[in-house]
Amino acid sequence: MATHELHPETWVDQYADYLFNYAVARVSDAEIAKDLVQETFFAGLNSAKNYKGDAAERTWLIAILKRKVIDHYRKINSNKGKAEVRINYNSDSESEGDWLEEQVADPFSKDGDNTIENEELGMAIQECISKLPQKQSVVFKMKTIQGMSTEDICNELGINPSNLWVIIHRARTALMGCLNQNWF
Amino acid sequence: MKISCEQASHICNKSQYKEAGFWEIFRLRLHILTCKACASFTKKNTALTSLCERAGLNTLSEADKESMKKDLEQRF
Repeated sequence: MATHELHPETWVDQYADYLFNYAVARVSDAEIAKDLVQETFFAGLNSAKNYKGDAAERTWLIAILKRKVIDHYRKINSNKGKAEVRINYNSDSESEGDWLEEQVADPFSKDGDNTIENEELGMAIQECISKLPQKQSVVFKMKTIQGMSTEDICNELGINPSNLWVIIHRARTALMGCLNQNWF
Repeated sequence: MKISCEQASHICNKSQYKEAGFWEIFRLRLHILTCKACASFTKKNTALTSLCERAGLNTLSEADKESMKKDLEQRF
């Protein structure tokens, strides 16, 4: 098996969005997710000498991020969790006096499945985007995810609109092919 | 009234971002009636858009990434 090497200078460009999506799905707060990604990069840098090269760079970083997410939950739980153990039937006074049956999960709801599936879909798309050439992925992200207008993107990157649409076209075609393999 | 496949794909891409005009979409529809390749492209393209929407993708802004890079470089 080929051994992998670390290239910390390319981490932010290559993996920041991927890691960020992973973190957001788990802590559901953009600010906290951002901090976790940042901490992951630092931790990766600090323990770079322990990297054996068995796993790909991204897998290794995700493994670190996983620990960071767990640490995060440990931290927020230890503060109040140690202070008191509350077993409340109803936390808000609004629904006081209602019965327990009303709080049981709805067996016909498909929300749970959908959330998990959408999360996996998000990771699959991010993975495909990361395989695109740099320029295509930048333009595609700006246009599709950040929803910037054609004009703004052209101004920022110094390209003309027909240029932009060609890039978008190539990116979309590549993504369709990639998702066809990885998702459907 | 007739458009080429290249024009059709351009309109199709624009319509994914709601930037295609009414007449453009009309022409695209007309083209799709007779062109199987463009019909399949349009279908896949629309599917990609709905997948992206469903996944609720997030990215960090460029400014955030820049500051991240700077912080990281300091520790090299």
